[in-house]
Amino acid sequence: MALDQIVDGLSEVSCDALVIGGGTAGPMAALKAKLKNPKANVVLLEKANVKRSGAISMGMDGLNNAVIPGYATPEQYTKEITIANDGIVDQKAVYKYAQNCYGIIEELDSFGIRFLKNENGDYAVKKVHHIGTYVLPMPNGETVKKALYRQLRRARILISNRYMATRLLKSADGRIAGAVSVNTRTAEMLVIKAKAVILCMGAAGRLGLPTSGYMFGTYENAANSGDGYSMAYHAGAALANLECYQINPLIKDYNGPACAYVAGPFGAFTANNEGSRFIECDYWSGQMMLEFYNELLSGKGPVFLQLKHLHPDTISEIESTLHKVERPTRGLFQQGRGVDYRNDSIEMHISEIGFCSGHSASGVFVDDNARTTVPGLYAAGDMASVPHNYMLGAFTNGAVAGIDAMEFADNHDFAEFDAADVARERDRVMAPTRREDGIPPNQVEYKTRRLVNDYLQPPKVTRKYELGMRRLAEARQDMQEHMIARNAHELLRALEVQSIMDCADMAVHASLYREESRWGLYHWRTDFPEKDNENWFCHTLLSKQNGRMTSEKRAVEPYVVPIADDEKDLYDKQRIRATA
Amino acid sequence: MPLASYQTSVPVVVDDAKCIADKGCTVCVDVCPLDVLRISDMTNKAYMAYDECWYCMPCEADCPTGAVTVNIPYLLR
Repeated sequence: MALDQIVDGLSEVSCDALVIGGGTAGPMAALKAKLKNPKANVVLLEKANVKRSGAISMGMDGLNNAVIPGYATPEQYTKEITIANDGIVDQKAVYKYAQNCYGIIEELDSFGIRFLKNENGDYAVKKVHHIGTYVLPMPNGETVKKALYRQLRRARILISNRYMATRLLKSADGRIAGAVSVNTRTAEMLVIKAKAVILCMGAAGRLGLPTSGYMFGTYENAANSGDGYSMAYHAGAALANLECYQINPLIKDYNGPACAYVAGPFGAFTANNEGSRFIECDYWSGQMMLEFYNELLSGKGPVFLQLKHLHPDTISEIESTLHKVERPTRGLFQQGRGVDYRNDSIEMHISEIGFCSGHSASGVFVDDNARTTVPGLYAAGDMASVPHNYMLGAFTNGAVAGIDAMEFADNHDFAEFDAADVARERDRVMAPTRREDGIPPNQVEYKTRRLVNDYLQPPKVTRKYELGMRRLAEARQDMQEHMIARNAHELLRALEVQSIMDCADMAVHASLYREESRWGLYHWRTDFPEKDNENWFCHTLLSKQNGRMTSEKRAVEPYVVPIADDEKDLYDKQRIRATA
Repeated sequence: MPLASYQTSVPVVVDDAKCIADKGCTVCVDVCPLDVLRISDMTNKAYMAYDECWYCMPCEADCPTGAVTVNIPYLLR
């Protein structure tokens, strides 16, 4: 059989709860749903393979947001995340995370995932954030996926690898009814009826183009093409604060974390070309990124992660972590460049833009039960709107979603969807395979993402955004009328391009709607350079209404943890001030 | 419009002498997050069929015979 030959086919299965995405939040959601009702059928659908999918494919070096009794309180954490996000936070979900995450750490520990402890047997938590102490290293962080997989097998979760979900199905009264998916190696389609659906599909990481020009050299796992955002949008769910982009400080060209969270607690720091510190705190916030950007443009760049001043034993310890977990090819890259941490600093740069609540505050809007605005539809992890989630947030909120979704499934029967919706979706999915001649997906994708870089990267200029919108509309027309897929693998890429295009359109729309600057570099609008609390101290919710992209304001929920006036702008003071 | 193929030097290299795909092993193909590895019809060994690599390493780490090497893609090197 020829490589990835297309097979025509459509079948249907059903389950109680469908979890889409087997990275971090997804496995935990599936596990918790199944434990809540062991008799229920829980399907975990994954575009790649659950064993090695998602952002933590090769593990993780530590927890960046652990709220551990004795080191931090849920109140303190909620306060810090609120301030770091310029106040635009529904605290209830953050507070709930902060209360639940310690239990999840203990559960992960019981799965065999170890966390760093000191000589007294207490967790050895480190300080990286501006105010509190929340970073906990993971000495065997490379085992995370394996440990999770064991739990999934034990609980008899039904795992379907190499199926890409493409659209959600709903009933006439707006309740979730299931999803349509396509096999990434045969193009056969599978309809999955479900009483509840949990989206755990990761970041929109293939939105901007990395400066290396290599399309898959993204910060995020390149499989995270924003499919979840696109599916939620087309299902009518609201998406929050998409103008709050993710932009990260990374190893130049390699495009992975350098990583100050690992090295910082040992004494490493971010420095300019003069070897001087210029930011107060290495924690990734929009305000910090703005100072990073300013430094690069000021003539004082390049910017480096500096650790050569540390003791050789300390450097070896940092090195062994950086070259073993999360992005282990870091070592190979540095070796190729002739960089030895003992003698050389690590050149850093700014990543391409993306959506990811793991480090920023945008995503499919969810409440403190991980419920979206569509009944029966849940979201967790990097694609849901709980800010600064990181890995532990994905696990913790995934657990919340799994439990609540199973409760929903237990109390509802299957919702009926219209068969015509499936037929329409099949036509849309298969369209690129039915053209004899046209443009391959890699070219449509390159052009789309190049336009994202040219027009959408901050600083955001209204005129540039308007031009970008027009160029993207032209690329969309090419995509819809001329894109071809000659085999099932190209079809996978062709479908991903459509998610990327949707995310680009949403980025434009959301950014133009919020007429102020906020979150430092993430939403810096040159035409509205000031923060405008009077008019814009609110969430923005983007959704599809009557077939059109629409944005509206939504009030920030009253705070659970009050923030004093003199604390509100602590994250605005990132630049180190010269002292006399 | 006619299509042309585009030459690219791929980052994942498989040592055919060590690869046991011809004995039924598909581990590297199974675990790749970007699904870019395949077993060749001609040699029955694994190879990188699509240059869409996140240089993440599961293929190398999980290969039972140490046949797979992940290099940094040329454009990033």
